[in-house]
Amino acid sequence: MKLDREEVGHMADLARLALSGRELSLYREQLSAILEHFQRLQELDTEDIPPTASVLPLRSVTRDDETRPPLRRERVLENAPDTEGGCFRVPAALE
Amino acid sequence: MSTPGLNRLTIHEAGRRLAAGDVTSVELTEAVLDRIATTDSAVRAYLTVTPEQAVAQARAADERRASGEGGPLLGVPIAVKDVLCTEGIPTTAGSRILEGFVPPYDATVVRRLKEDGAVIIGKTNTDEFAMGSSTENSAYFATRNPWDLGRVPGGSSGGSAAAVAADACVAALGSDTGGSVRQPAALCGVVGLKPTYGRVSRYGLIAFASSLDQVGVLTKDVADAAILLGGIAGSDPCDGTATDLPVPDYAALLTADVEGVRIGVMQEAFVKGLQPEVEAAVWTAVDRLVELGAELHEVSLPHADYALPVFYLIAPAEASANLARYDGVRYGHREEAESLDSMYKRTRGRGFGPEVKRRIMLGTYVLSAGYYDAYYLKAQKARTLIKADFDAAFEEVDVILGPTTPTTAFGIGEKIDDPLQMYLSDVFTLSMNLAGICGLSVPCGFDEQGLPIGLQVTGPAFGEERVLRVALAYEQACDWRLRRPDL
Repeated sequence: MKLDREEVGHMADLARLALSGRELSLYREQLSAILEHFQRLQELDTEDIPPTASVLPLRSVTRDDETRPPLRRERVLENAPDTEGGCFRVPAALE
Repeated sequence: MSTPGLNRLTIHEAGRRLAAGDVTSVELTEAVLDRIATTDSAVRAYLTVTPEQAVAQARAADERRASGEGGPLLGVPIAVKDVLCTEGIPTTAGSRILEGFVPPYDATVVRRLKEDGAVIIGKTNTDEFAMGSSTENSAYFATRNPWDLGRVPGGSSGGSAAAVAADACVAALGSDTGGSVRQPAALCGVVGLKPTYGRVSRYGLIAFASSLDQVGVLTKDVADAAILLGGIAGSDPCDGTATDLPVPDYAALLTADVEGVRIGVMQEAFVKGLQPEVEAAVWTAVDRLVELGAELHEVSLPHADYALPVFYLIAPAEASANLARYDGVRYGHREEAESLDSMYKRTRGRGFGPEVKRRIMLGTYVLSAGYYDAYYLKAQKARTLIKADFDAAFEEVDVILGPTTPTTAFGIGEKIDDPLQMYLSDVFTLSMNLAGICGLSVPCGFDEQGLPIGLQVTGPAFGEERVLRVALAYEQACDWRLRRPDL
């Protein structure tokens, strides 16, 4: 089974990754080989087996609804590539 | 000029000498900094060394001790893997996309160490976002194995393992999603412990695969692993998965008595591709434990063979979601572009390295419509079977023994172009993360080329005490830990 080129391009789009033509063809080869190797899993009978998403029993954690000082805004914005008026600044999202 | 040899001390040796007053934390810290200065240009274990902060913390620790405080970590220099956030100290996760990121807070484990008075000496190299088995996937440089500078230290906590092996810290923190503490510990000849999922808070650990990630410790001996685990374990209001089960005093409870302890040997580990010297060393270790009074049982983990595909379907799926946050908006690197969407794509395309992009692509694929049931859901069901194997095995035995890795350290560049071959170097460590249980690697010999071999001791969920006990009994019956790499 080999992934087709369009499919690989579609995955890159979904993952918001700009990939070069060379990367697309390399990942096409490598992901096909990896998935081929993993086909072995299909021989395993998992009928009636529940899936495990986490090994811990699900539980709710609650705490008292008390106010606490959050991280200071300037401190948080220090790491941002671009800011304006105390906000993160990004290129226009709407035309 | 610092006192030579102090950098070689373990946590418990340093603790005794600090308490006795014949050495200060400043002297110990300076000895470690000197060692880094003389060896790290060759080993390259550290991404960032913080000498000024470290000496200031050491001075503060000495003052706390002078005022009557104590504690096993007070004044002890510890290295921290660069996937753990450290307030005011750059934290990159080995990635270009986080270049220049300075966290505004400490990870809970770092905060706990600081409260105990430990000295943070620097940040160690890692495969990018902890994805890799050799530390070659770091976007900055490859770390070298102190036992042979032409070989990898393992990964992804390769910087921490190499720093401990080189005596360029007293002990270190790492993280283990599929073997990233145990595998480099084995390849560098040190002790590496991955605690049970939920034993240690993940708050401030840069997420790779959230249902598998756990912070672990890399140390010079087993007693140190018990001390350092005790320093970081416990519940945390910032991490709902960190359990509130009480934390035993691992160090105080540690004993080397294995009389009547039931040890199981994992038959499935003795497969084709296992280096004969590794196989021989593991069986010799098993015999040693039997001589010490342990009872030998065979155990079977029939689904062990499926751990590799299950792990490499689940972990990339979780990673593809976790790494969506690196979009050039709030922190790290940004590639400028006209539109928001192309800014995201260019930032991520340039900022992530090849292995990270490969796993994001794989994870996106297995979660996408049409493939979800066949891959992701199938893997989650198989995960249930893998966990059930361990549950059944731990009805019969107290711990399971086997090799940590199929081979000793491989050459730099040897596997970097073949992702599947690289993935196979974690084949014995992945299933413990899938089952959420604990495991430790302890040195059990050397191959003909003088490269260390690791024995993996696996215990059930919250079975750290017995894992440490078996490892200590074995360690004390041998003298592997006395060997040091020639640097």
